[in-house]
Amino acid sequence: MLSIKNLHAKIDDKEILRGVDLKVKPGEIHAIMGPNGSGKSTLASVLAGHEMFEVSEGEVLFNGKDILEMAPEDRAREGLFLSFQYPVEIPGVSMVNFLRTSLNEIRKYKGQEPISASDFLKLMREKKKLVDIDSKLTHRSVNEGFSGGEKKKNEIFQMVMLDPKLAILDETDSGLDIDALRIVANGVNNWKRPDNATILITHYQRLLEYIVPDYVHVLYRGRIVKTGGKELAQELEAKGYDWIKKEFEEQV
Amino acid sequence: MDNAIKNIIGRDISLSTLFEENRQTIEDSSSKVLNNLREQALEAFLKLGIPSNKVENYKYTNLQPYFSGDFSFSLNAPDFTGRMEDIFSCDVETLDSFTIFIVNGWYYSNNGSALLPEGVRVGSLAALAKEDPSFVEKYYGKNAPWLSDGLVALNTMFARDGFYIHIPKGVVVEKPIQVVNILLSEEPLMTNQRNLIVLEENSEARVLVCDHTLSSDRFVVNNVTEGFVAPNARLDYYNLQNQHNATTQVAGLYVDQKENSYVKTNNLTLHTGVGRNNIVLKLLGKHAEGHAYGLYLLDKNQHVDNFSFIDHAVPECFSDELFKGVLDDHATAAFTGKIMVRPDAQKTNAYQTNNNLLLTRDAKINSRPQLEIYADDVKCSHGATVGQLDEEAMFYLRSRGINKDEATILLMYAFAYEVIEKIKMDPLREQIRSLVEKRFRGELDKCHSCVVCGQKGTGNTSCL
Repeated sequence: MLSIKNLHAKIDDKEILRGVDLKVKPGEIHAIMGPNGSGKSTLASVLAGHEMFEVSEGEVLFNGKDILEMAPEDRAREGLFLSFQYPVEIPGVSMVNFLRTSLNEIRKYKGQEPISASDFLKLMREKKKLVDIDSKLTHRSVNEGFSGGEKKKNEIFQMVMLDPKLAILDETDSGLDIDALRIVANGVNNWKRPDNATILITHYQRLLEYIVPDYVHVLYRGRIVKTGGKELAQELEAKGYDWIKKEFEEQV
Repeated sequence: MDNAIKNIIGRDISLSTLFEENRQTIEDSSSKVLNNLREQALEAFLKLGIPSNKVENYKYTNLQPYFSGDFSFSLNAPDFTGRMEDIFSCDVETLDSFTIFIVNGWYYSNNGSALLPEGVRVGSLAALAKEDPSFVEKYYGKNAPWLSDGLVALNTMFARDGFYIHIPKGVVVEKPIQVVNILLSEEPLMTNQRNLIVLEENSEARVLVCDHTLSSDRFVVNNVTEGFVAPNARLDYYNLQNQHNATTQVAGLYVDQKENSYVKTNNLTLHTGVGRNNIVLKLLGKHAEGHAYGLYLLDKNQHVDNFSFIDHAVPECFSDELFKGVLDDHATAAFTGKIMVRPDAQKTNAYQTNNNLLLTRDAKINSRPQLEIYADDVKCSHGATVGQLDEEAMFYLRSRGINKDEATILLMYAFAYEVIEKIKMDPLREQIRSLVEKRFRGELDKCHSCVVCGQKGTGNTSCL
């Protein structure tokens, strides 16, 4: 589904990603962990197409298509979804208008008819239950005045509404209390199917108690330096990142 | 246009000379109450002239070039007596309102007399000046600065007609009163329309003034509206401007407010050439509340200058201003928010905000708060911002599959929304909402000729 080869990216001439390699197959859940500043969020932004970053080398194939030359909206239409670490507040744009526009743009790309108003509302009702999001919130402007937890739940709500092929969740667990964390995890677990995949970017192992990954990768200094199963996350939780750093320095 | 003064075309003649040459004709067919002020207005105009940008209040808009050149002058009511629906259809069509038409500054002779609440009078100022001169005399020239502003002086020299609205004591007019100003001429035209709005005690009215151009000629419009809002009365005033690029319009609204009165003005400039709005609210009685809002959406070489003056003359009044603009291409705009808190006006609350979104490097805004505070126990605030589209919001929308153009429209609309939200008439708000969206999508049809594209077209589909 996703194949990243030797990906290099920089911002203002500062290289953040220095050769990332990663393969994700349908039905898999991957966790990318790593200390602060290792390039986790940059990787998420680069994959989603943020223009702030410049890709200097490498290749990213998504379902066989090179997406690095694609506009962010086309990547989304191809089925890539980014759950933002800091979802943006957009006063004046209603959630309903935003989601319907988004859904219809994606449908149009696939050659489908726009969704009818009644079908859209039905879909909203159905998906709202999955993430336990308050109806009041969907009647407001996008993220405006939402609490931190509500914003994260709203990201997962958008994910299940748009039903992408690959979801990248960037620090979706940060700032969540245990109840919100469970809701978010349930949303992701219920959404999981053999034909879709998830990349969880997280600093802590906590989320991985609720969403069990097939693979855990450690990103350090812009490279994936270690890959293992879910037990790697527990090891990191117990021992911290220092031993990884040490291992890395020794290799270099 | 049979009764137009045509000789201004092709002649190098000043407006004052033009007035003097035609003074007899103007005065003969006008009422004494309007004629009474013409001499002094002329003297004032001779001193003041059309303001250039050397006049402090007109610093960002030099009107002199726009008021010179060739145009005709309509000396009597136009002879258009056809059916208005044949030439004009309103975009706010679902609005259930009492509607009157003004053509080239003259009250349209075939305006119906729909059922208004008892005692409410809506009609032609010229007719009222004949039928009820003492009423007009009580208000005419009483608050517009016709001795100190050259444009108001000019209007007072030439003033012949316009609309008036009179709401008697205690009457609440539920339906909005809609005034449709139509400009229709086969040659360049200048108009000096004069309007009067009087709300007696405890009365309430909503007035929607829509400005349209129905032909592609050059128009120079110099409107003056005087408003008098008595104690406990409420006036909700909207001015929707949708005119083509060859229009120069100065719209002056001067309102006196007595105690506990409430006035809200909303200037919505969807399209124009050069626009200047003078919005003056004088808070003359305790607990008077004045709200001045505005939205200007400009592109190409359009220019709009909103000048507001909120005069806190007595203690314990409240005022709030919010003006927002979206400027594309080479468009320019200016905002001046003058707030005067007079020495005795303690416990004044006055708030002012002007936000601008510049979509190009060439677009330009001059924003100028002018607060003069002579009392010490007051709360005043002002803020002006100039910015570009939020890039993070743009990326967020695009990451959800929404393309850049659509995301830009959503974000511009979101920016404008705060002003649209202030419109309390539900159907009007919905219509404005859709007009603004159409405007951003470039789908807005100003009139029978397409004026959105800013290009000169050919034949019947001429564009200006």
